[in-house]
Amino acid sequence: MLNDRKQVEREAGGPAVPNNSRSTEEARVLVASQWLLMWRKFRKHRLAMVGGTITIVVYLVVLFAEFLAPFPSNAFSSQHTYAPPQPLHLFDRTAEGLRFSPYVNGYSITINQAALKREFVVDKASKVPVRLFVHGTPYKLLGLFDADLHLIGPSVYDEDPTRIIIPMYLLGADRLGRDVLSRTIYGTRISMTLGLVGVALSFVIGLTLGGVSGFYGGWVDNTIQRVIELLRSIPTIPLWMGLAAALPSDWTPLQVFLGITILLSLIGWTGLARVVRGRFLALRTEDFILSARLDGNSTARTIRVHMIPAFASHIIASLTLAIPSMILSETALSFLGLGLRPPIVSWGVLLKEAQNIRAVATAPWLLLPGIAVIITVLALNFLGDGLRDAADPYGR
Amino acid sequence: MLQFVARRILYMIPTLIIVSIISFIIIQLPPGDYLTTVVTNLRATGETVDEATLAAMEQRYGLNQPIYVQYWKWITGILLRGDFGQSFEWNQPVSALIWGRLGLTFTMSLATLLFTWAVAFPVGIFSAVRQYSIGDYIATFIGYVGLAVPDFLLALILMYVAFKVFNQSVGGLFSPDYVDAPWSWSKVWDLLKHLWVPVLIIGTGGTAGLIRVMRANLLDELHKPYVVTARAKGMTEARLILKYPVRVALNPFVSTVGWTLPILVSGSAVVSIVLALPTTGPLLLRALMSQDMYLAGSFIMLLSVLTVIGTFISDILLAWLDPRIRLTQ
Repeated sequence: MLNDRKQVEREAGGPAVPNNSRSTEEARVLVASQWLLMWRKFRKHRLAMVGGTITIVVYLVVLFAEFLAPFPSNAFSSQHTYAPPQPLHLFDRTAEGLRFSPYVNGYSITINQAALKREFVVDKASKVPVRLFVHGTPYKLLGLFDADLHLIGPSVYDEDPTRIIIPMYLLGADRLGRDVLSRTIYGTRISMTLGLVGVALSFVIGLTLGGVSGFYGGWVDNTIQRVIELLRSIPTIPLWMGLAAALPSDWTPLQVFLGITILLSLIGWTGLARVVRGRFLALRTEDFILSARLDGNSTARTIRVHMIPAFASHIIASLTLAIPSMILSETALSFLGLGLRPPIVSWGVLLKEAQNIRAVATAPWLLLPGIAVIITVLALNFLGDGLRDAADPYGR
Repeated sequence: MLQFVARRILYMIPTLIIVSIISFIIIQLPPGDYLTTVVTNLRATGETVDEATLAAMEQRYGLNQPIYVQYWKWITGILLRGDFGQSFEWNQPVSALIWGRLGLTFTMSLATLLFTWAVAFPVGIFSAVRQYSIGDYIATFIGYVGLAVPDFLLALILMYVAFKVFNQSVGGLFSPDYVDAPWSWSKVWDLLKHLWVPVLIIGTGGTAGLIRVMRANLLDELHKPYVVTARAKGMTEARLILKYPVRVALNPFVSTVGWTLPILVSGSAVVSIVLALPTTGPLLLRALMSQDMYLAGSFIMLLSVLTVIGTFISDILLAWLDPRIRLTQ
């Protein structure tokens, strides 16, 4: 505590700060709560702010996937296999000049007799009108309210929700003529949820074992550390491949989802346990913990009331940094066909469509879900780094 | 030092035993027992199965005995006779299939490790010494992106670019002429010509991580009084930085080898599948898909065992480099 105070004084009273602003500045720091100090520090980290904003946007996509996606994830069109992206035009050139009337160009389809495949050319002459806030396939918003509004979509929808009649493939179509944009949006939901659930699970394991390890020390600590070392010295992907391949093939998609999540967190908890243990070890010798115990607090109460608040911020930062590796692991497993399986749509499942060079060469837009992975993982990493720096408000 | 090595070996033994148990569990996980699978497969190809062969197999794997007896038979078979069981898909002993591929996997991982170091070391130093320069920002940015792009996606993109722009395929580790050729210097040269693509792909993630470690470590050292002292004495900047702070900052760098190796082996599994390399990845995936469990289990076990041994060697090297480690442990 004494050290902290000195640090604050040094920071607030640097030679660059003029004398009169010194007292107010110092007061601002001294009365601020820990979380307020963290927020102030976090705000200065520009990349972390950007990362945080993107993360919030991504989770909004998770919540409102049905509204944002033009089509349901399984809607297909046998006519439009591997149809290329149709660029969205916002303004239409009419007789009266430019008007806001979004449209996409239709396709002219020719069948290449030699290669026996459809060839698409975006047809400049045909226009498919596109409307914002359009009534389309009905869905349940947040699983609660009936709705049929979509942010963007063709002006005409088919009655059958599994069919795409009017093509509007902003990011192209896959081998069954399904909309890559809609599927990426639905994939966001599964991949991000899996990341959160997986991190929550490994958090429970990591907090328990890491806490026990750091608090009791001795042989308990030794054993747990050995287990962690053991798990870290095994190459994870081959191990996951072996375990995931053993999931029964007659499981429902939900069971597979939970199974994969549990597998990922069973091996992924080690990093978190290390952080928790490190914090426990550092705090155990602090004066305020000693005084709390001398005051007659029970062990459980000391941990709950005095220790956990002291390292909660570090844990949150490590949790944020753990989500991306969960997402990347799921993506790799599903990509190999050992993770989630259709009809579940996750980023990995989508990228599996682009598994061989032939598919990628015919339809490079199948790699677009990969961009979603990269952006999200980057954002979470920036956010986590910013949180980690901010978690130590008195640090450099 | 000897005491340290002895203790590390003692720690390693339970690890190896547990790794073998996990691999054995993976072999046992798929429903139905091994014998039924073999019989169905043989019947499917139209072969008749005589009772004597069945009885011999039952005896060999101890199939009607309790699970720990089966494990004991399996592990002693490996340790005493190098017998990993039979791959029914290839109808060959597992040991005939795995060693060549394991060798290539570890050659590739080792090459990646060297590449990672060769890049991360100078870039990390540069980033720390010229903190907040444009070069530092570029290195940091590339580092972050390298961490965020999944290996297999990078492989796909590279393949696509090579195919579209250079009209060339980047898959495989050998030219067609050399695939079945016996080992010779020209084959090694051919391997090196193909190796850089997977090495580059697998290495990006690790390089990015190491650059950040190197930069952070060196930044901690650069402001210490001994650096100021050396500078005040008129030492040239390049010599000063390389001689003192870099050496201190290098320490955690070396100690990360332990956990880099598992990550590299892990990464190479996925990348080799995309690039169709003749390493363990594709064969492991195929074995898992067709439930050729003795093959799959042996791969998982050997990959893990070799990684554990690799980590062990790196720990010993580190202790040899830095006396503080063997004293504190």
